[in-house]
Amino acid sequence: MSELDNLLASREMILVAGSGGVGKTTVAASLGIAAAQRHKGKVLVLTVDPARRLASALGLQEVGNAPVRISPGAFAADGVKVRGEVWVAMLDTKAGWDELIRRHAPDTEVRDSVLANPLYQNITSRFIHSHEYLAMEQLHDLHATGEFDLVIVDTPPSRNALSILDAPSRMAEFFGGRLLRWLTVPYRSRLFTVASKPFYQVADRVLGSRFLQDIADFFVLFQAMESGFVRRAREVEALLVDPRTAFIVVTTLETAPSHEARFLAQSLLDRKMSLGAIVANQVLPEELAGSDAAKSASMLLELADGALARDVAEALGGVSVKQTSTVLTQVATRFDDLALVAARESDRRSELAALAPLMLCVPWMSGDIHDVAGLALIAGHLRGTG
Amino acid sequence: MRPALLDLDLLWVTGKGGVGKTTTAAALAEVAALHGRRTLVCEMDAKGALANAFDVGPLAFKPTTVAPGLEAMAMNTEDSLREYLRLFVKIPFLGRIGPLAKTFDFVADAAPGVKEILAVGKLCYEVRERTYDLIVVDAEASGHIVSQIGAPKVIADLVQVGLVRDQTQWMLDILNDPTRTGVTVVTTPEEMPVTETIELLGRLTAETGAHPAAVIANRVLPVLFSRREQRIADRLDEALPTLTRAAGSGMATVLDAARLTEQRRRTGAGHLDRLRSFLDSSPGIAENLPIITIPELFSRASGPRVVSLVADALIDELDPDTYPSEAEGR
Repeated sequence: MSELDNLLASREMILVAGSGGVGKTTVAASLGIAAAQRHKGKVLVLTVDPARRLASALGLQEVGNAPVRISPGAFAADGVKVRGEVWVAMLDTKAGWDELIRRHAPDTEVRDSVLANPLYQNITSRFIHSHEYLAMEQLHDLHATGEFDLVIVDTPPSRNALSILDAPSRMAEFFGGRLLRWLTVPYRSRLFTVASKPFYQVADRVLGSRFLQDIADFFVLFQAMESGFVRRAREVEALLVDPRTAFIVVTTLETAPSHEARFLAQSLLDRKMSLGAIVANQVLPEELAGSDAAKSASMLLELADGALARDVAEALGGVSVKQTSTVLTQVATRFDDLALVAARESDRRSELAALAPLMLCVPWMSGDIHDVAGLALIAGHLRGTG
Repeated sequence: MRPALLDLDLLWVTGKGGVGKTTTAAALAEVAALHGRRTLVCEMDAKGALANAFDVGPLAFKPTTVAPGLEAMAMNTEDSLREYLRLFVKIPFLGRIGPLAKTFDFVADAAPGVKEILAVGKLCYEVRERTYDLIVVDAEASGHIVSQIGAPKVIADLVQVGLVRDQTQWMLDILNDPTRTGVTVVTTPEEMPVTETIELLGRLTAETGAHPAAVIANRVLPVLFSRREQRIADRLDEALPTLTRAAGSGMATVLDAARLTEQRRRTGAGHLDRLRSFLDSSPGIAENLPIITIPELFSRASGPRVVSLVADALIDELDPDTYPSEAEGR
């Protein structure tokens, strides 16, 4: 059993985090397949924004919160053996918010007023870390149903990788905070407090009182749901440090993403959250940085003009010696470029490996992954069987 | 006619996360400054990446000079609000703005467009005041850029009265004028960045009123061989024994590297073709939109050195008459 198999077997919730563009969704889906290859039972991959072709390969034609199962036929067709069931669901933020409002509204009147509020739709899509929080809400729900043995969440691309960690506490602060109470005071008691008076004077002039009234109405409605929201956010927050939860940080070995990944990994450790593994994606072969290849490349550069070009041209059945010489020179020159990148990647890989109990690498592959076979290939690399 | 990229007043630089947005914005600003345009470059998301690009300390709301003719700043909603209140509302109690700003920040977090308009408003204000010839914005990633640039439009739709409402029209005049404001979308030759670029170009003008100015394809691998040379390159494996005898056991890896590079190039070229055919088939959305290519630099370091290399590549690609190469320009 590989180390990844152990990790996936010992946890019930995996949060896949990392900066945008590193292949988080692909890795999350591959982890789901990796789990199903080794273990019986049901694994669910909750994705946020999959590339269209990947989504359709997974059977996610429609946006919606309801999980769908990847048909055993799809695995069989690609020759992929799985023991368990793989389910996928796509996060729908709008539907998620509607669901939250329905759950926390004290009565139908508040519920309908919120859902019909003109600001509501706008706000739900922009709300502080709305996507991050919703992803975790969903995780909480799906885990609570007990329907799945493992839930893997592909976290939303965020401007700051840390925001996923702070989302629940911010949500709790927002609804439980003094500010919200303070802001809504004049509209509840119709009395300006000494403290908020200057604010309303300025805000009225700047924003217009009508707009401010809309905002305040909205917040008053939301306050009716305060206790429910706060309790929920605290529960969701507890999930992050739950021993059944692990984070898997995904990155490429380029400068910015690996810097972000180091920062994220360190923050997880500082917060006593469980960092299960770091996955380096799109990694160049390590041999590229080796001395054998470098020696051959420099020798090739020296020899490309002379007899070697003639010998190679002959071996290829008498192609042009001059063109062969150009090709060999280019191959030798360009090797250095790639070797340099590979050497840097190798340094970054060691830096990252020092932070995590488990460091996994997925090699660079030609073409984007958009079918079950491709995901299974990555799963193989992650499990060390590829 | 589309004005040359750097002749605009306000140039937004966006793109999917990780494509090199900040480096590209810094390089565009550097090229503009090199050619005598008084330039301001502004980081919108306060991540500090722009400071790294110029290798300077943390940037603040107040611009700092980072090169001759080039200043840099980091957007900050609170400072912007302070400046706004001072300039437009003539608030006397500036010293006590702290708690007010905090409350405002809180409202702004929830209220659509308020935070964004403070940021966009600051940029438009600088454009109107003509403090600079060009403002380059290291903007939000393509997923968020529409709500950023579109904030004045949202406010104009949502807010019926008030000072903010009055303030939106002149901003819209600047933002919607293609001779003054343009949006550059940075992409890499990969599936998701290209797809996001296409999606953004499809909705940008309709939802924000702003016009695209260029697509910059970053990290593009060059074509190394002529067609006949390529045929030889593709068959080099057959000569591996010959090559290994002459150049040693590392030759297999050297050939692997060549194959890997070529695969990467072809995959990327396919994505750029998809982008081109979208542009060609979408008149009215992105007519004559140039695709500017920056080659893969094979130097994954960050900082001023990469910015300069990208700037050199941009100079080669931008109109050579208007922007002579750096060597000639100096």
